[in-house]
Amino acid sequence: MTEKQLLKGSVALAQGAIDAGCRYYFGYPITPQNDIPEYLSAALPAVGGVFIQAESELASINMVLGAAASGKMAMTSSSGPGISLMQEGLSYLAGSELPAVVVNITRSGPGLGGIAPTQGDYMQATRGGGHGDYRLIVLAPNSAQEMYDLAGEAFRLAFKYRNPAMILGDAILGQMKEPVMLREALSPPQNSPWALSGAKDRQPRLVKSLYLKDGEMTVHNLKLLDKYKALQEKEVKVEIDCPTRCDLIVVAFGSCSRIARTAVDRACLQGLKVGLVRPISLFPFPEKAVREEAQKAGRVLVVEMNTGQMLEDVKLACNGNSEVYFKSYPGGAVPTPEEIEKEIEVIVGKGGLRHVNSS
Amino acid sequence: MSIAAKKRVFASPASLTDNKFHFCPGCHHGLVHRLAAETIDYYDLSSKAIGVIGVGCGVFLYDYLAIDCCESPHGRAPAVATGIKRSNPDSFVVTYQGDGDLAAIGTSEIIHAANRQESITIIFVNNSVYGMTGGQMAPTTLPGQKTTTTPAGRQPVGDGYPINVAELISTLKGTAFAARVACHSHTHIRTARKAMRRAFQAQIEKRGLGLIELLSACPTNWRMTPQQSVRRLEAEMINTFPLGTYKDF
Amino acid sequence: MGRVAVKEERCKGCGYCLEVCKEGNLYLDSTRRNRSGYSVATFSEDKVCSGCALCAEICPDVALEVYR
Repeated sequence: MTEKQLLKGSVALAQGAIDAGCRYYFGYPITPQNDIPEYLSAALPAVGGVFIQAESELASINMVLGAAASGKMAMTSSSGPGISLMQEGLSYLAGSELPAVVVNITRSGPGLGGIAPTQGDYMQATRGGGHGDYRLIVLAPNSAQEMYDLAGEAFRLAFKYRNPAMILGDAILGQMKEPVMLREALSPPQNSPWALSGAKDRQPRLVKSLYLKDGEMTVHNLKLLDKYKALQEKEVKVEIDCPTRCDLIVVAFGSCSRIARTAVDRACLQGLKVGLVRPISLFPFPEKAVREEAQKAGRVLVVEMNTGQMLEDVKLACNGNSEVYFKSYPGGAVPTPEEIEKEIEVIVGKGGLRHVNSS
Repeated sequence: MSIAAKKRVFASPASLTDNKFHFCPGCHHGLVHRLAAETIDYYDLSSKAIGVIGVGCGVFLYDYLAIDCCESPHGRAPAVATGIKRSNPDSFVVTYQGDGDLAAIGTSEIIHAANRQESITIIFVNNSVYGMTGGQMAPTTLPGQKTTTTPAGRQPVGDGYPINVAELISTLKGTAFAARVACHSHTHIRTARKAMRRAFQAQIEKRGLGLIELLSACPTNWRMTPQQSVRRLEAEMINTFPLGTYKDF
Repeated sequence: MGRVAVKEERCKGCGYCLEVCKEGNLYLDSTRRNRSGYSVATFSEDKVCSGCALCAEICPDVALEVYR
């Protein structure tokens, strides 16, 4: 059954998880993501699932670890301070090669910070966040539809690669209501060959992340690296909308990319040659797409609701071959299309750049 | 008469693997492993048991018990066990935790797992010291006890008093069984075996959380011979940690 | 009459079994060491063993099997 419904982003995400087969949610309240646990506290038991309001984010993520070790689709959600507490469990999930989905509806920080929309957790999300040499799969939706779709995609990737996946959203995406096309619901996964279920008619299984013998941990790290390389090769998600002859590309993700989209459209209507590259997977980062488009245009404008985090990935992708500009909106500040449009005009000039080498 | 003609009256339990324990001489972890294996066999649970292992000297439980096992971060075993049990209600879930794991860093997880009336079993080894990290003060270290971080002996005001876990957990409504036993003599071991069965029975009957606290010797970090350490357990530990059943369903 | 079989490689010579044996059937043989370097508990063949199995019960290393 597929149908269209008007849903809040947080609810779309929660329903997307259920429709992907998730039946286990463990979480601790924190603003601005409470719509997710509130929705699931009723919706999961209705489909035979389990909802537990845990005593802390530490407990939540470790309940997720337990359910994941049982081969089940399990998730949690939180916001900045809670996600910080979950880093221990995320590291163990990655080390133990367990699939799980963690949602971060971000709030500004550091510290208790504020609850306004922000993208200040980009580094924490894409660099692993916890201790040790690992990465999360990180997906960044920019609409209620993508909150729904990427919840399912996060579970698919988490199970395919046996690695925790994070959805990085913010309060705009969580609170915004939009029409969402629901898809056919999938059944929960059955009998994964690594899952713990009791050693009936088979050898005992072990879920672990401790490797003490000489060289063991190196082998394990290299195995994880192979996984991250495979993700980089096969699972990059990016939206590219750049005119063939382009003077500037704007790079933005999440809710910020919606505003950048409007600004780019307006600039194009003025006759400026501006494109948009929107990373949807933040890890794996669409390095190739950014590099190629940046090289063609020669100029990149990164717009982020932080003090410059994805900016570093864009600079790494460009490797000094393109001019990189940055417009910063930290601490809950949200750009307007006019501001970004003005920034575009400052870089390429009101009348646009003349293509000296063009035919 | 040759051994072949005799009846074996004491053998290693079937759920215990042949792997040689890595524990120090006189350490009671091996004994607790054996009691756990015996109880798994007694209730025929080896095909549905899942061990959840805390961080400490017991972390290699999976080398010794022939059951599915999951490591958990330090102190979080009751949360991991909750996730396993709730997503797999037919399994038998048992955690194995030391005093640092359960009574210091993991106090929140054990209290709330008990309070939710999770049907899980907790094996809690109390040897009054951090073993694996080299003999630092534990939440169960006795007043005056010298450790590598209380070189002048634990001073309750400032360092804290020993925490009596079995009593504490027994006060929670969701706890079905809580008892403290000791490992240092054969009579105590027999009592421990009975208590271990009750802690398992609580889960089998879905009555709630079952916890067995086992007072154990750590000769290495007590800087004692095994013989001195069992005498200390009898003379000193039991005074601070009275033996008994604090809740039975 | 009972008999104790020592799995010598499991034994760490803690001596708990020696203390619990009323008949004094077990001793640590200081002339022999196992691969881990421990003097191992040794069953004395020339004394009477009741097969009570207290030695095995108290052994923290599951190193003893008792026959009767």
